[in-house]
Amino acid sequence: MSDPSTNGSGPAPEIPAEVRAKAEEIVGRYPVKRSALLPLLHLVQHAHGYVSDAGVTLCAELCGLTKAEVGAVATFYSMYKREPMGEHLVSVCTNFACHVRGGTAVYRHLSERLGVGHNGTTEDGRFTLEHAECLGNCEGAPVVTIDYLNYEGQTPASAADLVDRVAAGERPTPTRGFPPEGIRAVQHRLAGLGPAPDGEAVVAQAGRASDQARADDGAVPIPEAGPGVTPVTIEPTFSAGQEAERERARQAVRDAGQDPSAVESGAGPQAREFPTTDPDWEPTDPGAGATGGPADDAADDAADDDQEGTS
Amino acid sequence: MSEPISVLTQRYDVPDAHTLAGYERTGGYQSLATAFDQAPTDLVSQVKDAGLRGRGGAGFPTGVKWGFTPRGTGKPTYLVINADEGEPGTFKDRELMERDPHQLLEGIIVSCYALESERAFLYLRGEYLWPGVRLEHAIAEAYEAGYLGKDIKGSGVNVDVTLHYAAGAYICGEETALLDSLEGRRGQPRLRPPFPAQAGVYGMPTQVNNVETIANVPHIVQHGVDWYRSMGTEKSPGPKLFCVSGEVNRPGNYEWPMGATAREIVEVSCQGMLDGRELRFWTPGGSSTPLLTGAHADTPMDFEAIMEAGSLLGTAAMQMFSDRTSVVEAARNWTKFYEHESCGKCTPCREGTFWLSQIYDRLLEGRGRSEDLDLLDEICDNIFGRSFCALGDGAVSPIKSSLALFRDEYEHLIAHGRLPDGIEAHTDAVDRNSGHGRPEQLVGA
Ligand SMILES: Cc1cc2nc3c(=O)[nH]c(=O)nc-3n(C[C@H](O)[C@H](O)[C@H](O)COP(=O)(O)O)c2cc1C
Ligand code: SF4
Ligand code: FES
Repeated sequence: MSDPSTNGSGPAPEIPAEVRAKAEEIVGRYPVKRSALLPLLHLVQHAHGYVSDAGVTLCAELCGLTKAEVGAVATFYSMYKREPMGEHLVSVCTNFACHVRGGTAVYRHLSERLGVGHNGTTEDGRFTLEHAECLGNCEGAPVVTIDYLNYEGQTPASAADLVDRVAAGERPTPTRGFPPEGIRAVQHRLAGLGPAPDGEAVVAQAGRASDQARADDGAVPIPEAGPGVTPVTIEPTFSAGQEAERERARQAVRDAGQDPSAVESGAGPQAREFPTTDPDWEPTDPGAGATGGPADDAADDAADDDQEGTS
Repeated sequence: MSEPISVLTQRYDVPDAHTLAGYERTGGYQSLATAFDQAPTDLVSQVKDAGLRGRGGAGFPTGVKWGFTPRGTGKPTYLVINADEGEPGTFKDRELMERDPHQLLEGIIVSCYALESERAFLYLRGEYLWPGVRLEHAIAEAYEAGYLGKDIKGSGVNVDVTLHYAAGAYICGEETALLDSLEGRRGQPRLRPPFPAQAGVYGMPTQVNNVETIANVPHIVQHGVDWYRSMGTEKSPGPKLFCVSGEVNRPGNYEWPMGATAREIVEVSCQGMLDGRELRFWTPGGSSTPLLTGAHADTPMDFEAIMEAGSLLGTAAMQMFSDRTSVVEAARNWTKFYEHESCGKCTPCREGTFWLSQIYDRLLEGRGRSEDLDLLDEICDNIFGRSFCALGDGAVSPIKSSLALFRDEYEHLIAHGRLPDGIEAHTDAVDRNSGHGRPEQLVGA
């Protein structure tokens, strides 16, 4: 694996001027600058193939953050790599719908063939391999993606053949989309900028940069909104007002002809749409207290138990 | 008996449906005029009366949720489309965006009008490159044709859309984590209240809705509440995309009315289970919903009936597994998923998923201990309902349900150090699926 600080051989990579101009264009799309951070990190990976130090500095400068804050975000998401990726990123789904059809066998075979493990890059810098969680293509299990383009119904042999062909400079056609153009060109698209300018001509016709909304379209930027500031008054967590709010929410569901308790428990723990209160909490303002019937209350308590806890 | 229907999927077989020309030719964008003729609040009532329930997993009545968004506050209102589809087994939004991106845009325009919002963010899963390319193309065309932007078709309505690629984190599908992620932070869930409807992106009133939910809206506006309610059940009306995968002959996305049974869907649309295999266990709504058994195959697939059967409809991701497949191995696979995707904000989930995954390794490597099953139970109880967000609850669903329904397989593993005879997990690749019968989507090949 190459040393991230030197990107193989030469000195640490810099941000070219045209990349900086694109970064500024992306920032100009969001009501609050910091929102541009995820696309910016994709752009950095377009420029350098990983989240480079120069890239972090650029993001920090443009979003008004510290480098540590940018680093904290970059390390949270699995698509951001801390070491330079190879020319192509090969991902193999090993989640269960793929696994039962042989996804894990495909991954193992490729790993042996390429001689690298998860997130490893081959010595010649052609491929980075990763095993992935469900890629949202389970009907085509087992799924292999190259540069996020999906090849369905793979076997260990067909996947190895696929990689060999890409290595030989061929352009195998995926199940849908376009032949892989290299992970860095794809990162240009993921930054929201459409096909990369230096991408292969044949692929450039796939997609286009769309006219994107600008910062203040439909969004009056509020002066106090900005990095680290969320202009929300945080109220005490349990208050009579919230109890009333909860009852209003439940009533609205009742008005719509549904039983709020059923909706709440029916959606399971996922349904946390109702404001909730601590089960032990007593309303201090009797006027605003909950008015649910006795049956409701039992269900409420159960639901409340689900909501609160050690968190 | 239900029949397959074709509402959301009506253009899936039209080769150029993803282009503006193809979409308009097949009746696209016709709900806009109907919508703009009515007051926004009337549209909210219609969606409420139609009984549309969120398709992102929770099944919350969409019209009711829209009613929580305050109006006339002087603050901007935002619509956020949750296209982060990451729930294992789910692939409905992907195909919808690939084959009919304008349908989603039409839904966004009508929904924004109903919510008096002028700005929508489309938060798209980062790995969804091809859906993204199709969406970008559609957005560009919609701007050019005046369906997006300022004063849409002379109506005075403004809607702008930003397509935002995420970067690979399942938890960012959770709506409050999504909001943090959209603001450029680590995607960790927020404490509620305040609810997104009141204080979401940048602290402004925000609606977060699933792709399929929003795609339903123009159909309701255009064809009316009664038509919509003619599909599905009383409490779960409308059409539904079912993502069927696993050991069936033709996995794929199939549209049926709510309340069709798993057996119908698998028999009619998927041509049954693979030869010689019988349904043993399945997820009705993705890996976060408790497992059901072959005996539940006749349960209607709607929110109420599936709940009565002891599970949840979730994303309607039906992963069907046979009598050759190990449920313990499935539970381990998913547990590793949750261990990886836990955002680390709260202790029960962050630590618990890690312990659970170690116990599963031990069980499947033949080193299981007799006390392990009680230990699994105990850890699950400490996660369920005690985690900060629903990921923790989802993580223990396959474990708790498999322990309840297939305890014999666990006990066999512990007693003999191997799986029962006849169970082997790996099967051959099958390349027949519904997508392959549909128009090709290839460029530059
Ligand atoms: C861990 C977790 C992951 C989720 N992932 C998604 C997702 O990928 N897509 C989605 O639409 N909803 C997802 N949800 C549900 C959302 O939180 C939210 O309920 C939904 O976006 C609301 O939209 P709806 O009302 O249209 O269903 C997830 C929830 C949790 C707890
Ligand atoms: S339950 Fe898991 S994903 Fe949710 S907040 Fe806690 S650690 Fe994060
Ligand atoms: S399990 Fe592999 S794509 Fe869903």
